[in-house]
Amino acid sequence: MSELNDLYQEVILEHNKNPRNFRDIGDADKMADGKNPLCGDALRVYVKMEGDMVSDVAFKGSGCAISKASASMMTQAVKGRTREEAEVLFNEFHRMVTGELDADAEDNHLGKLKIFSGVLEFPARVKCASLSWHTLNAALSGKDVASTE
Amino acid sequence: MIKVVDAKANSDFSLDLTFNNGRRKRFCAKPYLEYEAFRGLQTIENFTNVSVSNGTVCWPDDLDISPDTLYLEGTDLDDSGTGAPSALDWDVEAIRRDFPVLSQTVNGKPLVYLDNGASSQVPQSVIDRTSKYLAEEHSNIHRGVHYLSQHATTAYEAAREKVKRFINAPDVKECIFVRGTTEGINLVAQSYGKKFIGHGDEILVSQMEHHSNILPWQMIAEERGARVVMIPMNERGELILDEYENLLNERTRIVAVTHVSNSLGTVNPVKAMIATAHKFGVPVLVDAAQSVPHFPVDVQDLDADFFVFSGHKMFGPTGSGVVYGKRKWLDAIPPYQTGGGMIRTVSFEGSTFAPIPEKFEAGTPAIAAGIGLGAAIDYLNSIDFKAAAAHEHDLLRYAEERLGDIPQVRIIGTAENKASVLSFEIEGIHPHDIGTILDQQGIAIRAGHHCAQPVMQFFDVPATARASFAFYNTREEVDKLADAVLKVIEVFA
Repeated sequence: MSELNDLYQEVILEHNKNPRNFRDIGDADKMADGKNPLCGDALRVYVKMEGDMVSDVAFKGSGCAISKASASMMTQAVKGRTREEAEVLFNEFHRMVTGELDADAEDNHLGKLKIFSGVLEFPARVKCASLSWHTLNAALSGKDVASTE
Repeated sequence: MIKVVDAKANSDFSLDLTFNNGRRKRFCAKPYLEYEAFRGLQTIENFTNVSVSNGTVCWPDDLDISPDTLYLEGTDLDDSGTGAPSALDWDVEAIRRDFPVLSQTVNGKPLVYLDNGASSQVPQSVIDRTSKYLAEEHSNIHRGVHYLSQHATTAYEAAREKVKRFINAPDVKECIFVRGTTEGINLVAQSYGKKFIGHGDEILVSQMEHHSNILPWQMIAEERGARVVMIPMNERGELILDEYENLLNERTRIVAVTHVSNSLGTVNPVKAMIATAHKFGVPVLVDAAQSVPHFPVDVQDLDADFFVFSGHKMFGPTGSGVVYGKRKWLDAIPPYQTGGGMIRTVSFEGSTFAPIPEKFEAGTPAIAAGIGLGAAIDYLNSIDFKAAAAHEHDLLRYAEERLGDIPQVRIIGTAENKASVLSFEIEGIHPHDIGTILDQQGIAIRAGHHCAQPVMQFFDVPATARASFAFYNTREEVDKLADAVLKVIEVFA
């Protein structure tokens, strides 16, 4: 069960149970839908900007524990950051879960998000962890639909 | 592995075989080479002097024939004909030894393979037969005059004959080899649709279909200006037959329905549905991908117009599959793909096509897979398929009981007549999380929408977890499944 614990850590289970910023934003400036057609996971990410800063970010939708916890922790991580900082985080997160970035050995800004490095051992679940990030990235770049495909 | 320990030839060309598990079967061994090009090539005059060596039947040397070139159709000698076969007749441990993949460990645990609805495992005899083709016979079929090509052709056409007998098709030429059910349904939708479906016509498709029996029809409907109309189901996952009958009308051109639902396990009353459709002069396509691994089928008894299935869900290789179609339809509709092997004459002024089945088999087929499918049918003929079905039914009932006892579990698909497919959800836990945690216990299930999104929408779930059983699964494996489900609930508590 050791590998399993790497994936379903307490923090992830807790965020799954009580996702943060799990709501819509009525006057969002940017919004995108993310879908994983393979498993049917679907979520919508809302972004409110103040100048170049992400002043509020939230999500709604349905998905597995990994995708929900990832979306929840993503909203915490990018709130209050500039658009550029959020994009750096997206890139680092994406590289971490696809094995291109060793988050323990190389410089990065991931902090708590490093907990998702365990998903590497579960190739079928990488897309679950990255769906919300792809969706945020789509919203920030003015696209309204993101797909993990 | 099931082996032959004794063989006795009878004067009527039948052969009594005794197996190492004590079963005795009488086989009517006939030359199957009814296939036109080969008819008369080989005959069996002296079907005697067979012997047994190392578990297989040995034919006399002077007989220019291999066991491949005979179709062995068995009836049970010891079957008194009284009483239904029971799960107790089934020696599951002996059967498991036929399937090498089952003895491995996954994530440090013995593999519990419960994803048979996606792909079933392959017995050693199918592996051996496929390897033999690749090692000794590999070459292109239907065109070479050389030794290898003739042998490959013979083995491939033998597999077609085995298919014919397996589904009791009237004529071997009505059995078309395809890559699988998906390709088969696309073939029928496109070819039948181009000829018979027009503007304003209707295609009846059930609510519980796999996407591969919806999308090909949507495609042709769009092309032809026709409409796909849904046959609804009830909350148990059974088709509502009254509504089905009401939907049939003079605009209906075809009905496409699954024999067994891949996501719910429902066994549909296709024989009655076909009879109803025929009253309106409407042909029926049966998606048999999930039925052929579970119980014997007879296309003539069903009176199916098209009957489509895959090899890899019935203990054969991927890349093999069959479209059975009544000759009257297959002769009338245009080819699906064109190219080599399916022509009569070709010129730049115009071309003519070969008769069935070649008309629908453009290009070099998956020869090894087709021969492997034949070997899978041989395997199914060597076991007591009815006792296997009884064993599967017992597993399903036991699994329903074990999972049904867990309050957080909801079983989806509770039809009266079900094959061994068990879809379920656990309150508040996404099926993918269930699938991953079960995998860590060595248990393989399917988690997702099972390519049946309309079914998921009907039951208002994004996805389900699905355990699908084959005759090599055991009650102990059901216990492991139930224990692992409890573990999932504990992790997420």
